[in-house]
Amino acid sequence: MQASRLPRYVDIVLIPVLNLLTALFVAGIIIAIIGENPFTALSVMLKGAFVYKGGLGYTLFYTTNFIFTGLAVAVAFHAMLFNIGGEGQAAMGGLGIGLVAISLGSYLPVIIVIFLAILGSALFGAIWGVIPGYLQAKRGSHIVITTIMFNFIASAILVWLLAGMLMAPNQMSPETVSFSDGVALWQFHEIFNKLGFDVGRSPLNLSFVIALICCLLVWLLIWRTRLGYRIRATGFSLKASAYAGYRPETIIIVTMAISGGLAGMMAVNEILGVQHRVILNFTSGYGFTGIAVALMGRNHPVGIIFASLLFGALFQGGAELDFEFQAITRDMVLMIQGLIILFSGALAYMFNPALEKLFLRNELMMRPKND
Amino acid sequence: MTDFWFQFVLTLDSTLRVATPLIFCAMAGIFSERSGIIDISLEGKMLMAAFVAAAVAYGTGSPWIGAVAAVLVSIIASLIHGFACIIHRGNQVISGLAINILASGLTVIIGIALFRQGGLTPTLTKTSRFNSIELPFIEFFELHTPIFGVIYKHLISGHNILVWAAIVSVAITYYILFKTTFGLRLRAVGEKPEAIDSAGISVTKMRFQAIIIAGILCGLAGVYLSTATGAGFVKEMTAGKGYIALAAMIFGKWRPVPALFACLLFGFLEAVATRIQGIEFILIGEISSDLLIALPYLLTVILLAGFIGGVTPPRAIGQPYIKER
Repeated sequence: MQASRLPRYVDIVLIPVLNLLTALFVAGIIIAIIGENPFTALSVMLKGAFVYKGGLGYTLFYTTNFIFTGLAVAVAFHAMLFNIGGEGQAAMGGLGIGLVAISLGSYLPVIIVIFLAILGSALFGAIWGVIPGYLQAKRGSHIVITTIMFNFIASAILVWLLAGMLMAPNQMSPETVSFSDGVALWQFHEIFNKLGFDVGRSPLNLSFVIALICCLLVWLLIWRTRLGYRIRATGFSLKASAYAGYRPETIIIVTMAISGGLAGMMAVNEILGVQHRVILNFTSGYGFTGIAVALMGRNHPVGIIFASLLFGALFQGGAELDFEFQAITRDMVLMIQGLIILFSGALAYMFNPALEKLFLRNELMMRPKND
Repeated sequence: MTDFWFQFVLTLDSTLRVATPLIFCAMAGIFSERSGIIDISLEGKMLMAAFVAAAVAYGTGSPWIGAVAAVLVSIIASLIHGFACIIHRGNQVISGLAINILASGLTVIIGIALFRQGGLTPTLTKTSRFNSIELPFIEFFELHTPIFGVIYKHLISGHNILVWAAIVSVAITYYILFKTTFGLRLRAVGEKPEAIDSAGISVTKMRFQAIIIAGILCGLAGVYLSTATGAGFVKEMTAGKGYIALAAMIFGKWRPVPALFACLLFGFLEAVATRIQGIEFILIGEISSDLLIALPYLLTVILLAGFIGGVTPPRAIGQPYIKER
């Protein structure tokens, strides 16, 4: 990251918005090239995400996934660690839920099983984050490479278990048995229906609230605790952190545990909230989207909530594209996601020189002449 | 015994076929990373190239025109990577990731727009693909040298031109990197770019040249997938091969010949994995092919962690070069 000489609001609002608009502009051009109207596509997506019955619920459901994976990436970023293992950590989180729910489901009260299952997801995700963290801190292996490899290893372990030991009997597809009755998080449309409001069916569940609580906790952790300060100090300078006696190795490992745990909790939304059994590939790339979310949200929980909402709307609106167009499918969302990562991640500073010139010139003109 | 021997030769044969795209991509990775640019977008470039090769080969009927178009598109993807992380000094991992995700989306969207087959390209006919080349004298060798005959017929003969090209690419990579001035500079730019800069050579230009070569090689890997082994493009057909190649490159410690052997080893593991399903072994029982598939990744993690000999990546890798003024 390079030091910016721009006013704060430009840095945290104007530039992300500019980057996003550039990405959408390029996406619009591509849509026009393949012969569809980009504005129609946009309005279909907006309607699908917010207007149609249940649309908002789905949008917030996806938002929940992205808050978890976005927070995971952001926490690691604060220690200058690039955790692209969200996919694998979330997959392992799902396994954690499955093991708790299946083994204890019929012995303990439902509420305790749910509580333990959530802990299980965080624990399994954390383990899958801690190993790359340990290897980076103590053995010097590059965390990017290790987490990529761990994504594949996690996916292989899940295939192996779900098509083997954990596979439900008399079942053709690789998945576990369904959890016992009640081992599930409440869905919002049920709650609202009981209260007498008629909202469309959607998978939005209590995980959304858990995600928002996690946002608060991450904010407290990073900016209001000693550990958070040490995480940021380690990210700022490994040497300074060591000099201050913070033991950067331990900080790296702890940070990766927290990051992995948050990514693992994405499974709470998908598995405990909707599927109620462990299935293959439920992570569907949400771990990678978390990177885009963290980048756009500038690694701050508030930014992450907004960025998650944006991606949630993109995913839900993208699903709508399938119905309305012949030539555009939800793969369009992947493309837009790629463009957003490109423009607000890799090319994040593309506009800086031009904007700096603009703002500095204004400043010079505004400054009263002293001579 | 003869049956086992025959199966073994066939396994080696499919090892070579599986390893071909890995070899291309690993060499691409070596060029890029030796110049100091992390390249996790091997996967995306290969995927884009696979799509373009199949689409153009279908449109023109010529696999050669398809290959040229595919390589060009792969180079363009490389240039985007370069634009982001050499010119704008963006994060190389993020840029690579963006290209991978973009490739997943774009190939399907354009595929549907062109062919309306759910993201597939139409099946290619024999004339619009790279076909296998049967070498001469098969019967002669089979008759006079029984063991070599089997090897010759099943392992050496019958590959398409890209398999040979992959092997040649290793020799060329070795030669360029270690026997030419260009290669010396390329390696220096990934270790100590300041030194190259003070010698009056442009770091930016060197790095761009390196990633363009990487683009060409990834392009060939894609061409191989969709118009040589396959007969058309399938959604997500690279299926993580770019990442295995990345692993193989690290496993080979960023050197061409060891990387070749790593590719062959990983190819062998995959070839074995598809063959041992359901077979009971003495003492160990059935080996899970699901887990065997993950072995390359596990081995790479173990190697990187320094448990089996250390690895040192190029020193300036991942750091954008800021020219002093």
